[in-house]
Amino acid sequence: MEKNLIPISITVNGRRVELEVQPQHTLLKVLQNQLDLIGSKECCGEGECGACTILANGRAINSCLVLAVEADGWEIVTIEGLAEDERLDPLQEAFLKAGAVQCGYCIPGMVMSAKYLLMKNPHPSEDEVRQGLAGNLCRCAGYNRIIAAVQLAASEKEAA
Amino acid sequence: MNAFLYFRPQSLDEVITLLVRYGREARLLAGGTDLLVQMRHDLIAPQVVIDLKRVAELRADVQLLDGALRIGALTVLSDLIEDARVQQYFPALVEAASVVGSVQIRNRATLSGNICNASPAADTAPALLIYDAQVNLIGPDGRRTVALRRFFLGPRKTVLQQGELVEAIDLPLPREASGAAFTRLTRRRGVDLATVNAACLARRSDGVLFAFGAVAPTPILVPVSDNRLLVTSLDAAIRRAILDEVAAHTSPISDVRASREYRLAMVKVMAKRALEVALQRLTAAEAQLSPVA
Repeated sequence: MEKNLIPISITVNGRRVELEVQPQHTLLKVLQNQLDLIGSKECCGEGECGACTILANGRAINSCLVLAVEADGWEIVTIEGLAEDERLDPLQEAFLKAGAVQCGYCIPGMVMSAKYLLMKNPHPSEDEVRQGLAGNLCRCAGYNRIIAAVQLAASEKEAA
Repeated sequence: MNAFLYFRPQSLDEVITLLVRYGREARLLAGGTDLLVQMRHDLIAPQVVIDLKRVAELRADVQLLDGALRIGALTVLSDLIEDARVQQYFPALVEAASVVGSVQIRNRATLSGNICNASPAADTAPALLIYDAQVNLIGPDGRRTVALRRFFLGPRKTVLQQGELVEAIDLPLPREASGAAFTRLTRRRGVDLATVNAACLARRSDGVLFAFGAVAPTPILVPVSDNRLLVTSLDAAIRRAILDEVAAHTSPISDVRASREYRLAMVKVMAKRALEVALQRLTAAEAQLSPVA
């Protein structure tokens, strides 16, 4: 069964790619090992921590709980797809400005969850930010600055 | 994760043929948020995974039928929560579905999958039970409908026969003013399995229905024939006595989340809280229906 490869076609960060994947490989594993996109992280492997969060067809999902074969035909955005050329996404800038990054392991997932939250709700209350990020754990427990960063990004959006 | 054969059938006929051919070796994949966790932990190692998401007949939406809302087998919890008709008629289900996993999980997890996983602690189950959800099954011998209260047989066990799958879940529309609510107890606020969960439905015609999860081998429905529970100003001691009888229908175990004794105590607290909100909503619903004097 090792050689049981299935062709898939996905759009990742605006680029269409054709791949052959093993059915038992998760989308996260394929992003990391076959596309060298190592920003999304594997941590709990069971949907508790959110370190693997990506956008799939515009929705935040845990890429560790999706088979790569399921993603055939999907549009995917990973943390690597947020910055345009050398310009960071305003949300990424806000994380820097707020000093929201400690060890950094959870941050790609946090940013992707926050991105989805702000897409759905451009002006969330603090409680809504906490709810929106409930599926993302920070092992440094640096939640307050992460939440402040999301609120900063939302307020700057408002001002712009 | 072990290797397996992956099938992506286009029709229900193909699904049923595969299910019959591979039997216990096969698992159905919808959202995958339970299946893949179990596979990744080697709790199960199916040789065949059948992905349902390209099956033309299976729907991923909410349809208004004559007298019921129909939730397709592929409808994810996020879409269920945001549906205005579900919000209007089945608020306790919205409350329950809103606390399943995280945003990321709810964007993938299906209502049907939550039921077929048959966890005694499934949050959507008590809400579906009070609303008398009907589960539409299809298999080699055709279609049948099973009330959800008869669907669960034990932890991870359902009435699904070999070759059968859930096609949709129907929620009969309420025919009178009612109030319903969902409550649950968890160790932490986000992304946790319920220690105890409860749903309550209050109607003038047939009284109060409770449903509980995580306190018996399956989610359970407990109807209360004593209509005094509908009285908001009911003497606290009388209400406590009735809720003690309700709690006597549960048979919790001790596990990593809580002891049997704690669960027994908390069933009554969850029931009381759900009842209070349900009665408030019943009063509000009746006020809306009564003519303006």
